[in-house]
Amino acid sequence: MKRLLRTVFLVDLFQGLWVTFRSQAPKNIVTEQYPAERPKVAERYRGAPRLNINPDDGETLCICCDLCAIACPEQLIVVSNVRNPETRRKELTEFTYDLSRCMFCGLCEDACPVDALELTQDFELAQYTREGLIWDRQVLEEGPKPTQYKS
Amino acid sequence: MTQNFLEADELVLNMGPQHPSTHGVLRVVLKLDGERVTGTDCVIGYLHRGVEKIAENRTYPMFAPYVDRMDYVASVSNGLGYVLAVEKLMGVEATPRASAVRVILTELNRIGSHLLWLGTHALDVGAITPLFYTMREREGTLKIFENYCGARLTTHAFRIGGLQYELYDGFEQEVIQFCDEFEPRVDEYETLLTGNRIWRDRLTGIGILNAADCKDYGVTGPMLRAAGVKWDLRKAQPYSGYEQYDFEIPVRENGDTFDRYMIRMQEMRQSVRILRQAVANLPSGPIMAKVPKVIKPAVGEAYVSIEAPKGELGYYIVSDGTNTPYRVRVRPPSFVNLQSLEKMSKGALIADVVAIIGTIDIVLGEVDR
Repeated sequence: MKRLLRTVFLVDLFQGLWVTFRSQAPKNIVTEQYPAERPKVAERYRGAPRLNINPDDGETLCICCDLCAIACPEQLIVVSNVRNPETRRKELTEFTYDLSRCMFCGLCEDACPVDALELTQDFELAQYTREGLIWDRQVLEEGPKPTQYKS
Repeated sequence: MTQNFLEADELVLNMGPQHPSTHGVLRVVLKLDGERVTGTDCVIGYLHRGVEKIAENRTYPMFAPYVDRMDYVASVSNGLGYVLAVEKLMGVEATPRASAVRVILTELNRIGSHLLWLGTHALDVGAITPLFYTMREREGTLKIFENYCGARLTTHAFRIGGLQYELYDGFEQEVIQFCDEFEPRVDEYETLLTGNRIWRDRLTGIGILNAADCKDYGVTGPMLRAAGVKWDLRKAQPYSGYEQYDFEIPVRENGDTFDRYMIRMQEMRQSVRILRQAVANLPSGPIMAKVPKVIKPAVGEAYVSIEAPKGELGYYIVSDGTNTPYRVRVRPPSFVNLQSLEKMSKGALIADVVAIIGTIDIVLGEVDR
């Protein structure tokens, strides 16, 4: 009799639906709608490298000490400089960073004594060519410009 | 390999390297008599990257990111083993705070590794639902890694002598919140699987490996404990301050696939226990011990083994006094445990081989290195 009533009133169905609806509470939804809704990555996220510039005068912070290139396990950083004959200081001419070989370990950023080189929160690094992944000083200072799709 | 002469009624079947249930690029050559497996041959090396050789051309700190890429599911444990080995070689000890943070992160990693194992193993056996749940909880551990060190999978969380990053604000609360949410979720998995008739029928009595066989093959980790041997390096040879924490080593008797499942479920609960204790008694102080800027250990050798989620993970490092190691040898748990596949799958059905491969919990990045 009890079983018949359960069958007539679809008790099992509603029990199952209750589980379904309970899991649909907004706090239980974990799916991210990626291109429309961009995830917020952690503050310490190790993503695209950036060569910081002094915001006041636009000069690079890099002092050409070459420590990042020495620390890099993949030897993908090339720092070239010339010595200014007047001020006797090294001046940065070119900075290449080969992202295609980078494993984002963060050793270069740890090695940098002046916080010039930094791994940032940009994570959209796909390119159509391998050459596009070899970043020069200009790209490193400006940062990547991924296409942003609006939902 | 397959060149051996076959009986007339034997059939050779190639499983992998693209088979989804071989968990990567493992190729198993199965010798079949009808539906019964009479022999297996593992062909490995599809993911060989020469990690041990790379180590000979890198300085000690430089090599640390590479070890994350061996067992990429439990990269924090790999990093801990390497860092401890170099510290032993140098005679440096990590500070108490660094050790405690290391314990927290490796236990989170153990939970994450077991969760991924549970999801994929259940998927192999035919239960699809647990995968989505385990992935959801694993996301919690990955989120903590991301917040702490900036990467989710290949973390590079530890440095020789301690830690690079100080804990962020709210780390303790996040870990405790994860523990609170996670414990009822383990019960949820158990309601889905442990009492499930199909799950039990597929796992009970499959792939039995008794204690003597385990010792012969050098099998470690949950597989060994499922066979009734109470051996956990966290208790047997405590490292990184594991002796301070109160936890139990789960042991089962039968040594079949179901017991290994139960062991790993209980290990996750024990990990939560360790996490709660470690967060509650987090010492303060520096996170980095005194380490010279250029790491040049004296001539000598060191072997350190830790209890990784998959078993005993050992690092053997020989130093010749320069800033690069002379030789690094890794004792990977997956590689050693995989050798018992032949023994376990003899006489089993093809479908059981899938369950047996799943229960070993291999990561091919670590098998091939």
